[in-house]
Amino acid sequence: MALALALVIALITLATVAVFAARIWWFPAVISAHGPAVDHQIVLTMYVTGAIFVLAQLALAYLIWRHRDRGDGTRARFFQGNNKLEATWTIAAAILFIGLNLMGYRVWAGLHFMGAEPGSTQIEVWGQQFAWYFRYPGPDGRFGPTHVDKVDDATANYLGLDRDKDQDSKDDIVTSTLAIPVNHPVQLILRSKDVTHSFFVRELRFKQDLVPGMIIPVHFTATQTGRYELACAELCGLGHYRMRAFLQVLSDEDYKKWLENMAAAQ
Amino acid sequence: MAEVVHETEHRHEAPRGFIRRYIFSLDHKVIGIQYWFLALFSVFVGLTLSIFIRIHLVWPQAHIPLLDKLSPTGAPHGQITPEYYLALLTLHGTIMVFFVLTTAPQGGFGNFALPIQIGAEDMAFPRLNMLSFWTTFVGLVVIMLTFFVGDGPPISGWTAYPPLSAVGGASGPGQAVGQNLWIISIAIFCVASMLGALNFIATTLDLRARGMSLMRLPLTCWAWFITAILSLLSFAVLLAAGALLLLDRVGGTSFFIPGGLIVSDKIINHTGGSPLLWQHLFWFFGHPEVYIAILPGMGATSHIVSTFARKPIFGYKAMVGAMGAIGFLGFMVWGHHMFISGMSPYSAFAFSVLTMAIAVPSAIKTFNWLGTILGGKLRFPTPMLFALGFVSLFVTGGLSGIFLGQPAIDLFFHDTYFVLAHFHLIMGVAAIFGIFAGTYFWFPKMFGRMLNETLGKIHFWITFVGVYAIFMPMHFLGLVGHPRRYSEMSGFEFLKPLIGLHEFISLGAFITGAVQLVFLFNVFWSIFKGAKAPANPWEATTLEWTVSSPPPHDNFAGKHPVVHHGPYEFGVPGAEKDFIMQDSPEKVTAGN
Amino acid sequence: MCALGYDHMGTTTLTKPETPIRIDRGGPSGGGFGGDGFGGAEFGEARPWRVPDRAYRTAMWMGLTSIVMLFAAFTSALVVRKGLSDDWVSFAIPRILWLNTAVLLASSGSLEIARRALAKRIGSSFTGWLYATTALGVLFLIGQWTAWRELAFHGVYLASNPSSSFFYLLTAAHGLHLSGGIIALLYLVFRSRAITSGLQRRTAVDVAAIYWHFMGGLWIYTFFLLMTRF
Repeated sequence: MALALALVIALITLATVAVFAARIWWFPAVISAHGPAVDHQIVLTMYVTGAIFVLAQLALAYLIWRHRDRGDGTRARFFQGNNKLEATWTIAAAILFIGLNLMGYRVWAGLHFMGAEPGSTQIEVWGQQFAWYFRYPGPDGRFGPTHVDKVDDATANYLGLDRDKDQDSKDDIVTSTLAIPVNHPVQLILRSKDVTHSFFVRELRFKQDLVPGMIIPVHFTATQTGRYELACAELCGLGHYRMRAFLQVLSDEDYKKWLENMAAAQ
Repeated sequence: MAEVVHETEHRHEAPRGFIRRYIFSLDHKVIGIQYWFLALFSVFVGLTLSIFIRIHLVWPQAHIPLLDKLSPTGAPHGQITPEYYLALLTLHGTIMVFFVLTTAPQGGFGNFALPIQIGAEDMAFPRLNMLSFWTTFVGLVVIMLTFFVGDGPPISGWTAYPPLSAVGGASGPGQAVGQNLWIISIAIFCVASMLGALNFIATTLDLRARGMSLMRLPLTCWAWFITAILSLLSFAVLLAAGALLLLDRVGGTSFFIPGGLIVSDKIINHTGGSPLLWQHLFWFFGHPEVYIAILPGMGATSHIVSTFARKPIFGYKAMVGAMGAIGFLGFMVWGHHMFISGMSPYSAFAFSVLTMAIAVPSAIKTFNWLGTILGGKLRFPTPMLFALGFVSLFVTGGLSGIFLGQPAIDLFFHDTYFVLAHFHLIMGVAAIFGIFAGTYFWFPKMFGRMLNETLGKIHFWITFVGVYAIFMPMHFLGLVGHPRRYSEMSGFEFLKPLIGLHEFISLGAFITGAVQLVFLFNVFWSIFKGAKAPANPWEATTLEWTVSSPPPHDNFAGKHPVVHHGPYEFGVPGAEKDFIMQDSPEKVTAGN
Repeated sequence: MCALGYDHMGTTTLTKPETPIRIDRGGPSGGGFGGDGFGGAEFGEARPWRVPDRAYRTAMWMGLTSIVMLFAAFTSALVVRKGLSDDWVSFAIPRILWLNTAVLLASSGSLEIARRALAKRIGSSFTGWLYATTALGVLFLIGQWTAWRELAFHGVYLASNPSSSFFYLLTAAHGLHLSGGIIALLYLVFRSRAITSGLQRRTAVDVAAIYWHFMGGLWIYTFFLLMTRF
């Protein structure tokens, strides 16, 4: 029994580590400026926790096998503790875990303790059950007010703009794809029409909830062109699993062209 | 002084009649068993729900028989709709967290064993105890009712975030009556838990037998005691949150609902509330809740590992201190569920440092379990297998927390299957293993019969390998970025390649789920036909093993034990046997 | 395998007369007795087991902490709700609340007089002052209801404004808990003869008093909150 248990624990441990190490399932290639630092922190944590995982599980397995009762009538070795050892591993664990945390500080600080760079491309992101809409301020650089009583999905007035009365709304561009220029800082302003949603693009290594009643600015810079799926990552109702949009990272030229096309289609 | 008051005199005559003995019983042993059966029923409901979930994920079009009878709109022709999928997962989480993990370890084993372990005849307040159980029962009835009324159970998850949970039927099916009943059920459960906690605390502090000092308490008693304190303080906050949510839903208030919302083309006539306020209140409860779920399992594991390693627990005082630290710190880390929520990023960082801190006492406990096994003489009956399984699973589940506790990493893993892997391994498996370990360990004392060892071992082996097969791959799904609570993979290109992994997980779930029937059979068969249990089949040391199996009605047949030894005096040099019972007058002692 | 535990309990002679032993929580050891001198359970001597008075007090204090947590949660909800939004409209607290406060404080006073009468074994006085306390408690609740009616008369309801939501919430929560206290007092009135004669422990009175006084204190806190934060 002891041998079986020890072997099973050891096998599970080694199999798990092998699959992680082989990166059979892994996160997609990173496309943001801050992304590599996130990946670095994840991999570092993986090494640390991986080492602890292997050591702890193999120690457990070994001790289980080594100290099985062989029926020889002897008794267990009698000791009740070791204060020095307790103190040592307590302090070691504290340093390790808290140290690991502090190392990730800079990534978090960069994303959230500082605002977007001046001159960032500003885009509003709107979540609703079960679609995404994006609003560009247009040449005036200002977002017009939204009126909840003017919302009419049937006529594609998703945000409740009053283009006749509100000056700032006249040139606003509302789209269902999020296009941004590559290598240019972007500020997204996250808003929700109904319930809490969450903006998640895996390749950006970025996620942020859209909270009704709140206007949440976030920022990042995309470093790679391409088309990426934007998923909702906060339970929002029955269509949560299909609340998808696309993030298009475009070259400066393509971005300008795209914006012109979108403006014309309003 | 006049005659002792009649109420205490009646208490310890054994009751007569089926109703008084088994239904409305004041006996903590019966009440403990009642809680345990309630949890047993609940876990099979929760397990069935999870099987439906796993079926739907790999075969979304499957026709599940009888489901169309349960919910013609939710599962027409037995095919689970996306909304019904969410209803199933909401009740899966709610029932498992509350009616299994908060019930069996504390209400079940705690009630059964605590009074005997401390040398008392019963809990301090037997009537309150009975009331606590029946209130919990009512809570379970109400939550089960959601399957059958209105348009089904709520779909907002066990976490019930507003506005989804607050704006009523507009936000989805089940969000009208179903959500109201959910809130009521949970509120009832809160009251029942707090009443139970009072009993545990007063009993532990004031009813200990002579010689049973706090430092001679078995670690199970410490775990139940600390858990009771956590329950007392945290459930009150959940009750407050539930009251506010209910008021938002039916009273027209706006605690959690901001203005300017339009849900399903309907303008919501509320203003000024904060969805984040709910999250703060809920998680202020929710984080201590997970420690409520795991601490008794830690106590049981320490107890069982020491018993079957024939060695004292390594670092008794450190173990007590670690449980206390976990309990205390547990109140300060709730924000780690909210890193991405829109909460202040500075608070997020503070919470994350405290979260890392809580990993330290958890590590201490793990080292001490290993230290207990070191130098031991291990025996491997089924309770020991599950206790050792607990240690392995606790390490695995705990380590994924190291990722999630760092906000820079959480921003990728939040709300993905990585989180699912973490909390299932810790709660859905380690804590469950604690319950299994406790069951196999105390079953002889509870029912006077031994569980079948062979069936127990089959149960252990398949479950142990099975849970790793189910939940390890979820880390990989998380690495790819697979979001939670998605009823299908059809909505996203990046999810489609993951169907193979889902099939593996579901297969593991079906097999592991099936083997639980072996356990169920073992339990019911053994209650009636199991080998008669002696007083101390495990050669354990604590007071419950000094009395018959099952114990006499008043636990000690009119005697009052006097304690002379600590709880883990195994292998004491110079002792007559390799264990010394706590009430033994033997002079050789471990010096506690 | 170990046989039934009683075998190794030896016999030691009892040197004290048999009185019900209270399990006091003096020092670190559970009974305040040392190890071996006092043999403990003697064969054939079944002492009636008593739940010590102390346990009831412990439970009451513990129960009060959970009520504190409930109100702490409501308080933090209030602070957050008021701070986060700009739709908070303050309103004047109905003046009857001052009277209600006085009534409730008076009821704590009358309860203490009742307890003193009990200590002196004056049964009629004890019962009488219990009745007075209960009546004052009921009067308080009527006063609270009157305050609600006054607000309703001015069109201020639960959902009118977050400030009124909290007003109704806090006063209702307090009132609900106080009602529980009134039920406890009525129980004491019902059992007053048994209590005065010593047939039933006085602990019930002491513990009900702790709860009642706490309700008074909780009201003072709530009143203060309504006055300053509204």
